[in-house]
Amino acid sequence: MLPKLFFGYFAAAIVLLSILVITRRNAVHSVLWMLLLFFHIAALYLFLNAEFLTAVQLIIYAGAMLVLYLFVVMLLNLKKEEGVSRFVDFWPNALVIALALLFAIGISVRAIVIGPTGGYSVDVVKKAGHTDILGRVLYTEYLFPFEVVSVVLLVAIIGAIVLAKKKLKT
Amino acid sequence: MQLVMPDLNPVIPEILLTVLALILLMADLVIKRKETIAFLSIVSVAGVAYTLIGSAGTTFGGMFVSDGYSTFFKLIFLVNVILTILISVRYIVVENINFGEYYGLILFSTLGMMIMASAGDLIVLYLGLELMALSTYVLAGFIRHNVKSNEAALKYFLLGAFSSAFLLYGMSMIYGLTGTTDLKAIATYISKNGLEGNKTLLLSMILFAVAFGFKIAAVPFHMWAPDAYEGAPTTITAFMSVGPKAAGFAVLGRVFMTAFGAIHVEWSVVLIPLAILSMCIGNVVAIAQTNIKRMLAYSSIAHAGYALLGVIAANNEGLASMMNYMLIYAFMNIGAFGIVILLRSEGFKGEDITDYEGLAKTHPLSAALMLIFMFSLTGIPPTAGFIGKLYVFMSAINAGYTWLVVIAVIFSVISAYFYLRIVMYMYMREPKVEVSLSTSPAIGLALTVTVVATLVIGVFPSVLVELARAAISRF
Repeated sequence: MLPKLFFGYFAAAIVLLSILVITRRNAVHSVLWMLLLFFHIAALYLFLNAEFLTAVQLIIYAGAMLVLYLFVVMLLNLKKEEGVSRFVDFWPNALVIALALLFAIGISVRAIVIGPTGGYSVDVVKKAGHTDILGRVLYTEYLFPFEVVSVVLLVAIIGAIVLAKKKLKT
Repeated sequence: MQLVMPDLNPVIPEILLTVLALILLMADLVIKRKETIAFLSIVSVAGVAYTLIGSAGTTFGGMFVSDGYSTFFKLIFLVNVILTILISVRYIVVENINFGEYYGLILFSTLGMMIMASAGDLIVLYLGLELMALSTYVLAGFIRHNVKSNEAALKYFLLGAFSSAFLLYGMSMIYGLTGTTDLKAIATYISKNGLEGNKTLLLSMILFAVAFGFKIAAVPFHMWAPDAYEGAPTTITAFMSVGPKAAGFAVLGRVFMTAFGAIHVEWSVVLIPLAILSMCIGNVVAIAQTNIKRMLAYSSIAHAGYALLGVIAANNEGLASMMNYMLIYAFMNIGAFGIVILLRSEGFKGEDITDYEGLAKTHPLSAALMLIFMFSLTGIPPTAGFIGKLYVFMSAINAGYTWLVVIAVIFSVISAYFYLRIVMYMYMREPKVEVSLSTSPAIGLALTVTVVATLVIGVFPSVLVELARAAISRF
């Protein structure tokens, strides 16, 4: 009962916070609500016995990325743009589409038959240590995707440098 | 659990391309003449193409599949990247964006496409897709001092991220349902447990169709295409109208035929409206365009509609005809963009359709080449475009979709109006503006290759058709 109660609180809070993030007029407020949102998501990972992911979520997302978000939002000084009608006029259409999608997902997810769980049950993970298992899986089973991710990140870095380069002289 | 060295033989082309792209990025520091980097890139890609021979096999526990199907698509990507580099050499000087990273990013994007084509696992598929897309977003915004190019990159990025979200949602559902991300294991699990009519599976399939629809620019997921194609550097427009589209078709074919093979009736029902709408909106809206890049963008949407017919047929013959179509489209489309690039010179954009008026009098050779590419895009024999359409339509008829082919032929006739209007402008009007071509040996070579391929495939189609059939038989 108690775990369900906890999950219920965090799930409801995540939905509410997400709505707050996208409806605030002030972008700084949005980012701060997002910070709270990330903390709640981290708590969900904790319930899944994934303490390493919790730490990553807190340190990288809440710690590093959101600070960058704040920097960008403050640098841009969005005051003038936030009320522009072409950004806000379409929200009724967006709401209808979102509700339709929610309805479709609601109907179809009721039919779900949960598939077989893998070999890494909670007991196995607890015995060997979460970080230990994660590292092993990443470097054996998921070695190929792991290497591809490194190239994806490299491209992101190159892209950032290219877009920040000086204009060539003619 | 011991670390077992995986069999690297099937991945050698990808590893080689990664290493060479990294070396070229470093070489950019010391090589001041960017033409040298372009030349080295082409040599690298040729080397990678050579290693494709004998790379067949499955490795990393089924995550990476190198078979005839993936090799054929990799061939399309490598043809695409070589032709794009050839038409870029002069163009990026004219546009004042002559950075070495340009070639590096094109190669990384191609690497992403190759990984997509070979993906036997949903995670690998997603990462390949992101690698391809991320490089292409940056390339679309490569003319940083141009607002239109910025707009192109931003729109492409936002809608690309949107489509990725759909893809991930679909993947999470199918993972919850089957407990695996391996395409073959998903198919086995579905048929073993009788999940064919499951609603979650259906929704997952629809979400996949939406995500891939964005990548191949099928209506109604095409909204980004005209703006992105118009604003991006023309060479990159050529690149992304062929590469990411072919990669989208590669994963569409593999995921739908393998993982969703059991519900092919259902996904045909989803794809048929996409195909009809793409042919309709693409061809009809193209008529109203005055900018040739926008016109070719709508034409590219329409061609996605034709190629979808091959997938809808849901058999090997259909897939083979779709593969043929993508290769033929690569040649004729990059050829057409090559002419658009020729017209671009310092201080002259050459993107308006009226700029082509009287081109036959001032530059007869370019006009003749454009004539061939426009005939081919329309699908008039004896060009390759005719062969591509013929086989796609035949496979759809054999699969029992005669009515769909009738619709396709009607829209194909409509498309003749805007393709042949260019020809009419070139041959039957007097020149109004002074057009000077920015020629170079590289673009000359690219145009020669594309025009020869367009004509040779048109006259002797059997070689290509047999190649695609042989490739699909090792699916």
